Amino acid sequence: MNAIVKSPHQDIQSPVAGSQVIASSERKIWPLTGGVHPEENKHQSTSRPVSVPPLPETLVLPLSQHAGLPADPLIRVGNKVLKGQMIAKASGFVSAALHAPTSGTVTAIENRPIPHASGFYDLCIILETDGQELWCQLAPVADYRQLSPAELVEKVRDAGISGMGGAGFPTAIKLAPGTAINTLIINGTECEPYITADDMLMREKADAVIQGAEILQYMLGARECLIGIEDNKPEAITAMRRAAAGKNIDIVVFPTIYPSGGEKQLIQILTGQEVPSGKLPADLGMVVQNVGTAVAVKDAIVDGKPLISRITTLTGDALAAPQNVDVLIGTLAQDLLQYAALKTSELSTLVFGGPMMGFTVDRMDIPVIKTSNCLIAATEDEFPAAPDAQACIRCGHCAEACPSSLLPQQLYWHARAENHEQLMHHNLFDCIECGACSFVCPSSIPLVQYYRASKGAIRTQEAKHTKSERSKQRYEDRLARLEQEKAEKEAKRKANAERAAKLKAAKTAEQTGSDAKAEEDPIQAAIARAKARKAAAAAGNSEPASGRQASDRPLSAKQKELKVQLSMAKAQAKKTERALAAAEASAELKGDRKDIEQLKSNLAMLNEQVSQLQQAFDENSQDSASKDSPEKPVKVAKPALSDNEKKRKVELAMAKAALKKAERALAAAVESGFPDEQENTESFKQAVEACQANIKRLEAEASEPPAETAIPPSADAKPSAKAKAPLTDEAKKLKIESAMANAAVKKLQRAIASTGEDEQDTLKQQLVAAEQKAAELKQALESLS
Amino acid sequence: MALINSRSSISQRGRETSPHALGQNSTQRVMSLVIMATIPGLMAQTLFFGWGTLINVVWCSLIAMGCEAAVVSLRQRSVSFYLSDCSALLTGVLLGLALPPFAPWWLSLVAVSFGMVIGKHLYGGLGQNPFNPAMLGYVVVLISFPQEMTTWLPPLGLEGHNNSLTDALFTIFPLGQSVDAISMATPLDVLRENKSLTINELWEANPVFDGMAGRGWMWVNLAYLASGVFLIWRKVFTWHGPVGMLAAIAIMATLFWSGNGSDSHGSPLFHLLSGATMLGAFFIITDPVSGATSNRGRLIFGAGVGVMVYVIRAWGGYPDGVAFATLLMNMAAPTIDYYTQPRTYGHHKANKGLPKKD
Repeated sequence: MNAIVKSPHQDIQSPVAGSQVIASSERKIWPLTGGVHPEENKHQSTSRPVSVPPLPETLVLPLSQHAGLPADPLIRVGNKVLKGQMIAKASGFVSAALHAPTSGTVTAIENRPIPHASGFYDLCIILETDGQELWCQLAPVADYRQLSPAELVEKVRDAGISGMGGAGFPTAIKLAPGTAINTLIINGTECEPYITADDMLMREKADAVIQGAEILQYMLGARECLIGIEDNKPEAITAMRRAAAGKNIDIVVFPTIYPSGGEKQLIQILTGQEVPSGKLPADLGMVVQNVGTAVAVKDAIVDGKPLISRITTLTGDALAAPQNVDVLIGTLAQDLLQYAALKTSELSTLVFGGPMMGFTVDRMDIPVIKTSNCLIAATEDEFPAAPDAQACIRCGHCAEACPSSLLPQQLYWHARAENHEQLMHHNLFDCIECGACSFVCPSSIPLVQYYRASKGAIRTQEAKHTKSERSKQRYEDRLARLEQEKAEKEAKRKANAERAAKLKAAKTAEQTGSDAKAEEDPIQAAIARAKARKAAAAAGNSEPASGRQASDRPLSAKQKELKVQLSMAKAQAKKTERALAAAEASAELKGDRKDIEQLKSNLAMLNEQVSQLQQAFDENSQDSASKDSPEKPVKVAKPALSDNEKKRKVELAMAKAALKKAERALAAAVESGFPDEQENTESFKQAVEACQANIKRLEAEASEPPAETAIPPSADAKPSAKAKAPLTDEAKKLKIESAMANAAVKKLQRAIASTGEDEQDTLKQQLVAAEQKAAELKQALESLS
Repeated sequence: MALINSRSSISQRGRETSPHALGQNSTQRVMSLVIMATIPGLMAQTLFFGWGTLINVVWCSLIAMGCEAAVVSLRQRSVSFYLSDCSALLTGVLLGLALPPFAPWWLSLVAVSFGMVIGKHLYGGLGQNPFNPAMLGYVVVLISFPQEMTTWLPPLGLEGHNNSLTDALFTIFPLGQSVDAISMATPLDVLRENKSLTINELWEANPVFDGMAGRGWMWVNLAYLASGVFLIWRKVFTWHGPVGMLAAIAIMATLFWSGNGSDSHGSPLFHLLSGATMLGAFFIITDPVSGATSNRGRLIFGAGVGVMVYVIRAWGGYPDGVAFATLLMNMAAPTIDYYTQPRTYGHHKANKGLPKKD
């Protein structure tokens, strides 16, 4: 019955036996919320000193060993590299460089299995070692205080250092926060069972840790530096105390409890403060770095050596010689396990990382990377398969153990129901996935897995939601645009109708004057009516006054020509008519109908010609009416710019500048062209669109008739606004496409520069095609705007 | 190469999700610990009220396991897997303890099968039931058969009735023979029916009930209290629920305690140590499935039960009200959960109520 229900809180106050001296830290510490006490299993790997395994024949160096973008290879297959030479550079802000861990030859750059929870393959540089260990030129800094913090950050960035505690966030970014830093916390907690890499590092390289901490403190300008260590590492504490003696560094020892080594948890224990949800420790004026990272920083600055090796724990009951090794990055697990005398028949599970947060792998040709702090070759007895999950009885042991004060039993409930709303309400995303809840669960429910899956589902759903929101916005914008166009058309039609009505009135008045004349000549009248009808049909307008309307305006050359032709045809028709009348009169006398027939057909032909000309003329003038007329009033009514308008113009210019900037950013993003960046690119595109929308709005505002100036007819003002606005949807699309095409061109140019001759031809062809496409797009864009 | 061999040996298990180390806790252990903790109370009840309680506990456990097995096999699940979690056994034991010592066999059958089949499995089995199955079964027979349910034997040695195991067996399972069991009301009953006597006179008239809460009853309650403290110490459940309930009963009893008069509802100590108070506080309302789930929620849940137990005892139609109070608070538990989320690390304040709609 002993310890049947493992207490999360038991022993929280009692220091481990033999650590009375070291536990007497004067500094106040705060208790961790929740937490568990798993079997520590650390002694197995601390009985031997840190050793250096023999140089392996092959090193596999994944380009993505850190959080962020994968590194960009700087070498080609077949290149010889020196130890410490940069072989891949950081490809963006959140990225880290990669260095050759030893001298040798690059034999391939290809997809290999990487240490990943999902068993992924990724691009790796394969390095065949030559056993010579020839170093490249190093640039050590004798006195780091001679350099500015910014210069030191650059050096850290060039050394390819990323967090060595497990998360692998590029260290240089954490060392250049935007806020002032008061406290530097060095994390020597190592709360996960089995792992002793930091413990051994502190025991054997305490001076390097302290030196690294001092450099970090200088770089950050931090007032105080705390090194947090759990009280289950008495030897490390003693060594660190000795190394830190007389320095402005506080070694803080606190009771062992999992997961005290989490960044947020450590801050809580050492300072009593909580990192606000969704914020960073830097917002509290704190930066947390792992002890391994501190040593890497010291190596990079003082010795000029980049990060090419790390201390990794090799442990588990399937190893006859569990120990810590100072291992070159890229060494395969199989080489290391063999070195630690793997009992192959007993191996049941191979874990990268610790037993609480690590992941299993199903093969052994996986390399150690910058974040690999532990390899556990476990037997079946050690990590037995989890028993079948039973029903959750809501016992609440998980809530007792949760270091984030969540209600894991409720989260589980809602995760199973896929109730995302409730999951968010229960702060799912504050879960640090430490596994304490799964550990204590009496029903053996894989709780953390439920939360991981739910987080993934929520992220996917949110991405979809954002996308659909954007589409909806676009659709609504389009509807608004169509509505506006419709309104403009309607206004124009009304204005036309009004004008036409006026003209008709004027015409009827004129016609009453010439009524007698019209009666005198019925044929003429009929022709006039026919002409009017045709003109009306041509103008798409029931009003019969288009011809007249057009003639009100000054005529273009074409119109003039048409008019001349028209009047000539009319004259001809009149002449023929007269001839016809005369012929008819004489035919009554002579009885000769032949001439009359001839004349009649002539007349019909002429009439048709007249009406055709008339139609052409009307159409022409109608066209020009819609084109010319807006110009006139604008030209006429171009008043001096009011203050308001000036302001708008300035705004417009600014918005255009912003657009250009956004476009450039977009181009850069597209250029980088990594799938991870897709999201980023998407956001840049959005930014571009937002800028364009802004410009359009400003332009619309600018072209709206200002209240204090003379109001030009609205029908005319609107089209002018439209003519000015260069950024229709199509233009936007074209711009984005053209930016992308330009990026593709640049990328290809670079590719050509870096590839061998045989490939260059195909690439060149591609380049030509891409350039052509870019030019076409540019042209299209220009013609549109 | 060694790789091939070792690969095949580790690919049997493939990739698994963290954590890979698991604690020693199990539902079965939690349940059996609780069952073991009922033993002192069971012994006290047997000592003071005869073999009936023990027979009841065994009989109810058999029915409970039988029901569980029947429904689980109807649902085409593994019977051994579900029986091994001991949750059915616990329900049976608790009902056996709660029912009167000489409750006839069919009464227990009705109570347990209703609780197990309708109260638990029709809702989806362990973890899904909104009501405490034991209390649901208890209330069904309490309402249906009030006569059988409100008569308890007097504590042993007072009326000089025969207390052999066979008699007890024949009382519960008559099999054609009838044994005249002498029955009488519980102290809570007597107190409730009392209209004229002062407390002292009442106790004098019923010497069986001397002591703080009646002989026997007090010791039974103290036994459950001791077991409860043990379970809290073993971290099976937290102190919040029991403390909430006991504190609420004590406060209510103090507020409405008019001393020794005939209209008195009894002293706080009388209420804490009589009836099913301690059994309820440590074994009934601590059922995590049907109770509130956060610590603050459990405190509120327990306090609600305590207040209602007192209200039912003092002014209600039944002498004891733990079962009714528990069921009523079971209904309130989901709402309590909504309003008692703890404050999450890094958050300014706790989320309350339902999620906000956009």
